[in-house]
Amino acid sequence: MEQYEPDRLSPAQVAAMRRSLTNGRAALTRRSLLRASAGGALAAGGIGTLSACGIPAAGRSQGGVSAEDHSAKEKTVSFSNWTEYMDVDDSGKHHPTLEEFTKRTGVKVKYTEDINDNNEFFGKIKPQLAAGQDTGRDLIVLTDWLAGRLIRLGWVQKLDPSNLPHAYANLSAQFRSPDWDPGRAYSYVWQGISTVIAYNKKALDGVEVTSLSDLLDNPKLKGRVGFLSEMRDSVGMTLLDMGKDPAHFTADDYDAAIARLQKAVDKGQIRRFTGNDYTSDLTSGDFAACVAWAGDVVQLKADSPDIDFLIPDSGYVTSTDNLLIPNKARHKTNAERLIDYYYEPKPAAELAAYINYVCPVDGVKAELAKIDEDAANNPLIIPDKAMAAKSHAFRSLSSKEETEFEEKFAKLTGA
Amino acid sequence: MSTLTEAPPPLAPEAPEPKPPQRRGRWTPYWLLLPGILWLVVFFALPMIYQASTSVQTGSLEEGYKVTWHFATYWDALSAYWPQFVRSVLYAGTATILCLLLGYPLAYLIAFRAGRWRNLIMILVIAPFFTSFLIRTLAWKTILADGGPLVGALDTLHVLDVTDWLGWTAGDRVLATPLAVVCGLTYNFLPFMILPLYTSLERIDGRLHEAAGDLYARPWTTFRKVTFPLSMPGVVSGTLLTFIPAAGDYVNADLLGSTDTRMVGNVIQTQFLRVLDYPTAAALSFILMAAILLMVTLYIRRSGTEDLV
Repeated sequence: MEQYEPDRLSPAQVAAMRRSLTNGRAALTRRSLLRASAGGALAAGGIGTLSACGIPAAGRSQGGVSAEDHSAKEKTVSFSNWTEYMDVDDSGKHHPTLEEFTKRTGVKVKYTEDINDNNEFFGKIKPQLAAGQDTGRDLIVLTDWLAGRLIRLGWVQKLDPSNLPHAYANLSAQFRSPDWDPGRAYSYVWQGISTVIAYNKKALDGVEVTSLSDLLDNPKLKGRVGFLSEMRDSVGMTLLDMGKDPAHFTADDYDAAIARLQKAVDKGQIRRFTGNDYTSDLTSGDFAACVAWAGDVVQLKADSPDIDFLIPDSGYVTSTDNLLIPNKARHKTNAERLIDYYYEPKPAAELAAYINYVCPVDGVKAELAKIDEDAANNPLIIPDKAMAAKSHAFRSLSSKEETEFEEKFAKLTGA
Repeated sequence: MSTLTEAPPPLAPEAPEPKPPQRRGRWTPYWLLLPGILWLVVFFALPMIYQASTSVQTGSLEEGYKVTWHFATYWDALSAYWPQFVRSVLYAGTATILCLLLGYPLAYLIAFRAGRWRNLIMILVIAPFFTSFLIRTLAWKTILADGGPLVGALDTLHVLDVTDWLGWTAGDRVLATPLAVVCGLTYNFLPFMILPLYTSLERIDGRLHEAAGDLYARPWTTFRKVTFPLSMPGVVSGTLLTFIPAAGDYVNADLLGSTDTRMVGNVIQTQFLRVLDYPTAAALSFILMAAILLMVTLYIRRSGTEDLV
């Protein structure tokens, strides 16, 4: 039957057939695509215009740029916060502490949960702040290193202490004078974050974990250890484990810590570096042990009996999320009143009972005990003396160091 | 693009005098193009120029960035991150081939054999799109969990020993290995392969198959000589639609991968958001763009198909 096999069609026939199949409509063709890509390359090559661009230097006016304060006329304040960082009632629609503030002061709070990641949020507000424009936000919550960067860049406003009597009186001694904002001239703590070691008892299967060294070295945990993609937490914990204080370390100490982590990465000990998503790895048992944020662990522990945490003898890293008023905010006084409100023991206790992070307000224990006895005795929420003694902050970095250290850490995590 | 270069409709040659409506009509195509052009200028051309400029700047956040024509950034970026480039091409290429192998039979089935089930199967192909990309990727963490049913079965069948030897997996786990990332990429971009393939196949006249049969071609010969050549436009556009986004993807490598599976998309993200080295991030983006453009150009030239839809 081979002789009946049809001959190859001539190119003209193929072309004719194809034309008939596409029905002559203006189909996207190879040639037009090639032409288009060449055009695109040409447009990109129009480099004469390139030198016109450039990013201006950050405004470095000390004390920040205030806009006219409309607080008295416009009884409102716009507050940007992280997701799930505020108390919610059972219906999930109301924030009781915010509503209490509105009832008491008449100031309406426009509350938005639009912060998911420090780096991402910085990318989002940078253009406006760099151009000296209003971000549309009166109050933002950022982790200390980014808060420090904004202060360094002069992009946030100095707070008026006369509007902050409770905040001034009740801020825990632990948080009073960070090196990036001495005396809290620009920022107040929203919540403190402790970085601890969390583990899944079932996944550990009897392997004993007491320190970070166990995570980095124990061959039984190979490929089942997680670290955080937040450089200061992962490197800070490693520095502590090596006997260095993250509040005072040199570039050599940093390199040594990176080398120690690199060794663990190279031998496949560390499975991956994660953001908040470590929680699912830990509950599923894919991580037997990991560096974790205590606030999450309190929550995970409540949901699953297998999860627990430990604080290494070498200590743990504490960071803070901070309230800041960006330049050109329209309602500065209202924002300051809101900060001050959360430093009164009662609202602070209500908030702490709900979100389980370290409460930065002194004298809250009695109020919290009325709501939740367990929470009041939990050293992860209200640190006792022993706990506070082990807490270490990561020192602030100059912008040159920041780039250099982040670059090294990025290389470690696979770039 | 072809419409751009198209000549305006010619005036009728026998027109005794230029009529006002025709004069107005001359500009109509341009007016119709205006929104598209504006869109391209604002959201494509300007950002491109801005990024191109950023890539040759030097400076810091505090001091601002100035254009210094520092082209060395390109070389530095390439020499520091070439492994991630190679990896991106490798993963995206593998995922594209897997998509083609999985997608072609399915598209063929929908186009020629599905009958009244056609719409249902199409919906099943598209349905995952209704869920967020992130959720779909995270679902793979459950599917491939350590000691889960799938990984357990693969381990019992000693498949993992083979993949471990090949370097695709590590020990008795699949998550946080190259295989997991490629699986994620394949899954996430599969519909982009199936849809163009289906469009191409569905347009093939069934009578051509009959004719081939009448001329004593066996089914395999019919497929090889008739169906597949006629579906080439779908194959080419499907592979492009899969490969291009997969090469720039960073979500799969981030969620399903580990430190040794990071792709160039991850590097760009880290450089831009974390290290704040904007010039390097911009340079990396341009290198990626140029590399993809080059590969796509060569591919389209070689594939020898004229139509892409």
